[in-house]
Amino acid sequence: MKKLSAAIVGSGNIGTDLMIKLKRSPWIEPRWMIGIDPESDGLRRAREMGLETSADGLKAVLEQGVRPDIVFDATSAKAHVRHAKLLREAGIQAVDLTPAARGPYVIAAVNLEEHLDSPNVNMVTCGGQATVPMVYAVSRVVGVRYAEIVATIASKSAGPGTRANIDEFTQTTARALEAIGGAKRGKAIIILNPAEPPILMRDTIYCLMEDASPTTQAKVLESIEQMVRHVQTFVPGYRLNREPIFQDDLVSISIEVEGLGDYLPVYAGNLDIMTAAAVKFGEEYARHKMQVASAEEAR
Amino acid sequence: MSYRYKIEITDVTLRDGMHAVRHQFSVEDAKAIASALDRTGVAKIEASHGDGLGGSSIQYGFSKESEEDYVGAVCQAVKTSQVVALLLPGIGTLEDLKRAVGLGIRGVRVATHSTEADISAEHMEEARKMGLDVVGFLMMSHMTETERLVEEAKKMASYGAHCVYIVDSAGAMLMDEVRRKVSALREALPDHVQVGFHAHNNLGVAVANSIAAVEEGAYRIDASLAGLGAGAGNTPLEVFVAACEKYGIETGVDLYAAMDAAEDVVRPRMARPVLTDRTALTLGYAGVYSSFLLHAERAAKQFEVDVRDILVELGRRRVVGGQEDMIVDVAYEIAHGKEANADGPVASVHRG
Repeated sequence: MKKLSAAIVGSGNIGTDLMIKLKRSPWIEPRWMIGIDPESDGLRRAREMGLETSADGLKAVLEQGVRPDIVFDATSAKAHVRHAKLLREAGIQAVDLTPAARGPYVIAAVNLEEHLDSPNVNMVTCGGQATVPMVYAVSRVVGVRYAEIVATIASKSAGPGTRANIDEFTQTTARALEAIGGAKRGKAIIILNPAEPPILMRDTIYCLMEDASPTTQAKVLESIEQMVRHVQTFVPGYRLNREPIFQDDLVSISIEVEGLGDYLPVYAGNLDIMTAAAVKFGEEYARHKMQVASAEEAR
Repeated sequence: MSYRYKIEITDVTLRDGMHAVRHQFSVEDAKAIASALDRTGVAKIEASHGDGLGGSSIQYGFSKESEEDYVGAVCQAVKTSQVVALLLPGIGTLEDLKRAVGLGIRGVRVATHSTEADISAEHMEEARKMGLDVVGFLMMSHMTETERLVEEAKKMASYGAHCVYIVDSAGAMLMDEVRRKVSALREALPDHVQVGFHAHNNLGVAVANSIAAVEEGAYRIDASLAGLGAGAGNTPLEVFVAACEKYGIETGVDLYAAMDAAEDVVRPRMARPVLTDRTALTLGYAGVYSSFLLHAERAAKQFEVDVRDILVELGRRRVVGGQEDMIVDVAYEIAHGKEANADGPVASVHRG
């Protein structure tokens, strides 16, 4: 069985971590790493790991005739708007790890299979990948009239792209709490903490429920625990900090994400959950394509 | 008399003061306080949720009024002062700012933790394009070394700040530290960029710190009527103005009007007196964000633990402004006997 060939655009923290994870994938082979800074650590690592690299950007590489099966974009929201158009014209599947949100949202733990036919999917934000599953876990039991999340990440894990995209982060995450999480209204807050040693990624998820009877609370609790176990199947360091706390119609959930330490150390769980989610989608897409291909052969 | 210094005061009663009333000022309160402030001749009046535009939330407390009604009422009530708003990137957005400009604000103070200035670039640059007075607000300045503060202040100046503040959010600084940090900024920033100072009174030295800041070249100083603000409150406007008169600092504020506004308009609206009680004092002592006060008291009650233990643990973990969710988590840990090893690294503490 032939693996899908992949290119990664963006040689920063996210792109480099993604490359290391894709190298382990049985379904996808990362073959190109495309950046804009020839001196970047990411491109250097990519060369060491045997990828073809370019510092001339996506457009130049496509013009040279390079045609990956799938492209992961880990640049910035602004850059992805241009890249989305180029990839669509070239007929290449795009997985967008910026908050540009040109395509439908994919939260790996919730709607992985929903958009396999969409030529461009958006992986929302790290905060979204970590918190939307919790909101969904509540809303599949009881109506959630308002969901609010607070994502706290170590300053060191936030590269220049993340820092320049703070508004896009909060807005895209809030919309995903509604669209995928199932909350009627969503709000997202992000905080950078510079403590040394760096803190693990930490998220608080608040949901205002339409019913908070003891029976509902028990079901919500069970649903949350189930979802945590599900996320752990692809992000092993995802866990509850404490039991969810119920107070009137509010449930407050506190989670932390310890990364695998692939590129940045384990504190950068925010990086990990984003790249793990993108890999998960990529593999699902690969499986889907092969099924389609073998079905066509059989015909 | 002849003055030795001339400064400009920004009143924060209707913003920082919101922390002390759990963000429950009504439109009527806002109008009454704004009009009284306007009569004092204070240069600028800051008005918004305590955590800035978009701050109304479960994490920080919901405001009584919508932002539109609250900020709009202040803008309409004021004739001579400039109304400004606070914005914390990560909480509020440019869209929130644009709406507030539509309501009539003329300046924005963009606040980040004192090591994270670069998340304010987009907001400051856009605010300059909108013709606003732009201030950079380096929160929790006590946690950050002087050299680093200078670097961060220079970044904010490069994004277009008219003024950069040393912000003692935890009320943890004493006069020598204020002098060192304010003078370093004054020396490092270009002449056209002003320096400001924002105090909390948790260690009882807000007025003294503010005067020290003026002596080191700070041009903008924050104060609030009767000191209404987070923790033990801010620099009380009327006290500071009186002290400035005696010290030879020109503020442009009418002392009696400020006294009357504090006494007749703000004190009757206080949910609780602004004072340096043991909780507020612990904030300054442990170096913890002043807005945590009421949240910590609530969590202490809910989990039946000593509020001081919560605050000291938060200080030890170097929690920054905005991390109110950590209060409940720490209270929970203490209540469940999971109190962290006092010498352990932060990351392992967080693994609980």
